[in-house]
Order: sequence, then C-alpha cells, then structure tokens
Amino acid sequence: MEKTWNNKAWFMVLPVLVLVAFSAVIPLMTVVNYSVQDTFGNNEFFWAGTDWYVEVLTSDRFWDALTRNLIFSAIILAIEIPLGIIIALNMPKKGLGVPVCLVLMALPLLIPWNVVGTIWQVFGRVDIGLLGHTLEALGINYNYVQNPIDAWVTLIVMDVWHWTSLVVLLCYAGLVSIPDAYYQAAKIDGASRWSVFRYIQLPKMKRVLLIAFLLRFMDSFMIYTEPFVVTGGGPGNSTTFLSIDLVKMAIGQFDLGPAAALSIIYFLIVLLLSWIFYTVMTTSDAQS
Amino acid sequence: MARIDLEHIRHAYGAKPKSENDYALKEVHHEWNDGGAYALLGPSGCGKTTLLNIISGLINPSEGRILFDGKDVTHLSTQDRNIAQVFQFPVIYDTMTVYDNLAFPLRNRHVPETEVDRRVKEIIEMIGLGGWAGKKAQGLTADQKQKISLGRGLVRSDVSAILFDEPLTVIDPEMKWVLRSQIKRLHKQFGFTMVYVTHDQTEALTFADKVVVMYDGQIVQIGTPAELFERPRHTFVGYFIGSPGMNVLPAKIDGSTATVGGESIALNFRPEIKSGAKTELGIRPEFVSIGREGMPVAITKVEDIGRHKIVRARFADQPISIILDEDGDIPADPRIAFEQKAINIYADSWRVGGEA
Repeated sequence: MEKTWNNKAWFMVLPVLVLVAFSAVIPLMTVVNYSVQDTFGNNEFFWAGTDWYVEVLTSDRFWDALTRNLIFSAIILAIEIPLGIIIALNMPKKGLGVPVCLVLMALPLLIPWNVVGTIWQVFGRVDIGLLGHTLEALGINYNYVQNPIDAWVTLIVMDVWHWTSLVVLLCYAGLVSIPDAYYQAAKIDGASRWSVFRYIQLPKMKRVLLIAFLLRFMDSFMIYTEPFVVTGGGPGNSTTFLSIDLVKMAIGQFDLGPAAALSIIYFLIVLLLSWIFYTVMTTSDAQS
Repeated sequence: MARIDLEHIRHAYGAKPKSENDYALKEVHHEWNDGGAYALLGPSGCGKTTLLNIISGLINPSEGRILFDGKDVTHLSTQDRNIAQVFQFPVIYDTMTVYDNLAFPLRNRHVPETEVDRRVKEIIEMIGLGGWAGKKAQGLTADQKQKISLGRGLVRSDVSAILFDEPLTVIDPEMKWVLRSQIKRLHKQFGFTMVYVTHDQTEALTFADKVVVMYDGQIVQIGTPAELFERPRHTFVGYFIGSPGMNVLPAKIDGSTATVGGESIALNFRPEIKSGAKTELGIRPEFVSIGREGMPVAITKVEDIGRHKIVRARFADQPISIILDEDGDIPADPRIAFEQKAINIYADSWRVGGEA
C-alpha cells in the first residue's frame, strides 16, 4: 500500500503534549527555577546555583525525615503485602460471599484520605476515642500525642487498615484468573497446600504483586495527609516525614529555594527507588 | 494399571435432583478393561467431562460406586486413586524446569531422589523432550507443554489410568497428528488404561479400541468404530459419526417393508415395532447409489470434496445425502437405491430388530 509521508501525525499527539506540558513539565520546571535562585520578595530573584541543594543535603533535618520515610515504607510493605496475600487466598471464589467481601474490602479505599486521618485521630483519643479509651481502661498507657512509639503504631495501623485492601483486591484478581485445571492437576500430582501456593498461585500473582508493591511503596513514601491530620508530624519531629517537612519549609517558613530543592530531591528519590524495584523484579522474572 | 468399574453412576450438579432432567449424567453402568483405550465421544455439554471427573475423583457422583480392580474408590480423593489426567489446556508449573515439572508428582510422593532421576530421564526421552530438561517450562510451545502434562502422568509407574480431557484442542493441526500418534505409541508401550474425551470423531475413531458415544447425559452406544458406522444404535450416533452423517427418513413399517413417502423399500428382516412408536429408516450416504434404476430423486447440490462427491438431494420430500465416486456420473433422470443390508430401522430414535 502506498504510504503518505507528512508530518500531520504530530497534530494527533499535540493535545497530549499540551496536557502533559501544563500538568507536569511546566510546574516541574517552575520548581527547578526556584531551586536555583534566591529571593527577598518583590519578585526579585538572584542566582543561587546549587547552594540550596547543598544546604538540604547537608542538613540533619533532611536525613532524619528521609530515614523516617524509609522505615515507615519498609514496615507497611512488610505488613501489607503478606497480609494482603493471606486475605486474598482466604476470600471466597464464588457465591454470595464474593460481592460481600469485595465491597467490604473496597470500603476503606473509598474514604477520602483526610477523613481517614480524622477517623483515626478521634478513634485514638484517650478522652473520647473508642480505641484510646479502651486501651486506657485496660491499663495500657497509650497516648499518640505524647509518645512517639504510640504515634508510629497509630500511623502504621491506620495505613494497614486503609491500604491492605488494595493489595488484597490486586491479588484476588490474580488468583481468580487461575483456571480450575491447575488446581485439579495439582491434586492429581499430589501437591501439598504449600506447593500449590508456591508453584501455582504465587507465580500467577507475581505481576499484580509487582504493581501492588510499587503502588504501596510510592504512596507510603509520599504519605502526607493522614499523619498531618493525626499527628501533625509530632510528637516533636518523630513523625515528620519528608512531605510534611517540605510543607513546613515551603508554606510555614516560606523558604522557597530550599523547599524547591527538597522537592526535586524528593522526586528523584521516589523515581530512582521505583526504577530500582521495578528493574530488579522484572529482570528476576526475565531470567526464569 | 487397573480395570475400572462404574456401577450405576448418576450425577446431578444441583443439590436435590427431582426429575431425570436434573441429572447432568444419567445412569452409567459400565466397565473399562485394564489396558483398554476408550474414547468418550459426544457434543459439548453431553456429560463426558463430568463422567471423566467422576473417574478421576474431582467430582463425587450423586449416586453409584466406582471400583478400581474391584476395590471401592468412590470416596477416595484423586490423590489416593492414582490417576493421571491431561487437561484441555496444558497445565504446567511455569517457574519450574521441564525436569522439575516431571519430577514434581514423584517428589510429592516422597520417592527417593535416585529413583526420581531414573524415571524422569526415562520419560523425558520418551516424550521427546530430551534436550529440554533444564529449560524453564514457561517458554515452551503448546504441544510441548501438553507433552509435559502427559509425562507427569507417565512418570508414576503405579498409575491406574490416564484420562485425557480433549487434550488436542489448543494444538496446531499439523502437531495434532504427531502428538496423537505419540500418545498411541506410548499407550501400546505402557499398556495403561486410557480414557480419552473428545468431540472430534476422527480423533475418537483413530484412537480407541472402543468408542463410547454420549448424548444428553447418557451413553447411547459403546462399540468399535466399525460397529458405530454400520449399526448405530441411536439416530444420534448415526448423525454424529460419519461425514456427512446418516440419512434418517421418517418411514412407515409394515412387516418387512418400509414405506418412505410413496416409495416402498424391502427389508431383509422384520422389525418388531411397538405400536405408536415414531419409526424412521436410517441409511448412510455411502450405501446409497445413484443410477437409472430405483426411486426418483431431485438433486439440489453437488459438493466435490476431492476424494469423492457429496450429492445433496431431496427424496420423498426429505433431504438426503449421497456419496458418489469422484468419477461417478449423475444421469439426467436420476434414481437412487439403498443397499439392503445397510438399512437400519429406528423406533423412537432407538434401533430395532435383529439380523433376521
């Protein structure tokens, strides 16, 4: 067939390019612009070079927040991924239980994030909260406003409650796509329950688990709303994650330059870690 | 290897079957000889897979008993029955190598590793995957995967029977022949009892010593390919087997004469018909001849399929198919005749009368 060569096809891509430009590229470049300049107001800017980057990267404040982020992500991934798999394995495969379970699972995902934060903030209060009050009555000294450990436990339990469903739903989708014949063949081959999981279910869930892992990592690494509502970064700085610190810096102290530099660094860390996870997990897949 | 007896098996998927129609599998009472090759043939939804799953123990029958070599296994699990099954879609363990796939059933049964190695190496050569032992099973073609499924059955030396559930459905046509002859060769070599479910009559007829034709949840005929061809017990067998299927024409029977439309056809036997039954005459297209003598017929279409011609015609206001030699002629005023000994008479769809 005769092909017509011209550049009209570019017009087809143009709407997307414009959209991406306004939604991502232009805001990002604005931040880059701020991160290399200094200002004293009046819309007057002075070239600052890499000063802000150096300042951020050499500050304890940044490394402490980054460490908190990494620990938080590691903990919630270590809980939510196995827990999600276990729940998905035990969900009913047919009958009335399926829609019931799916709706129950989806509920936490449908609640706006700041509402989730508020729910747990009230739930954990010692004076009026059901959880806080009960623990108090049991003689357990629990106070997330004063005790850093309690604050962390509250945030982790809240995140597990909020997001394990996502892992469950993704795993469940992977599980129901396995044809019955696999289970029947496994029975005939005399496979144990563990073998069925190890050689049939887990390989079939691998792809969705990769997605679940990446989504949960990125989301938890960028967590802001819930800790902001529940603890506001406290007590002290014990739950001040990078995102909370960033907002403090940009809006609280109005340090535009350092805040912009921190944003760029933050963005690059998320990008880099996601890329590493993705590459490691997909190449281990390709080798097999 | 084992002899399999099915004693009055019935199965319904619903909890409380009320009428005969609630049963997916109506009464089946049959024995499968040790080392025999059986094909279960029938259209989709006729209950053949249900029957197969009852034998393998994946389904517990609502009624009846299953015996392996005289031992009641009705309530034994699949694992304890020592059955192997090859499914419609190849089932392999993706993350394992070909070798490990074949070793899997043995390792699960705690067979010593030296014995596992010996068996797997033997089987892997037999199914023609010798060079593939260390490869991951994931990247194999459909027919290779299906060979692994089969190999996982063969590798267990004590297996009672191997069941095949339409195993060639997803295999490319040219590989079908190869795989089919390979299964046949392995069956001869090992002598396992083989039950093969299919809806492809060629597959069934080339494979099996005995073909079991199922229709609407029951076995309508069990016989050799020749018996199914010459003496279909039920009009369904007549339609289903043969290409094109048997001509079944409504007929009035009077003594040893059948009347189709206005034409009288003499029979070589005297069918015993219960009064009020719907009677039909069945004749295969292969046994209808066209010439200048006989009963008038109107030709509607001639299909030349290379080997022979299929003539579609109307006889006594009924459609009829006739197979004609490739070089056979159709006269201007065509007439047809039926080969007398090939005529079957049916009352309410079941064949009647003997070779009297």
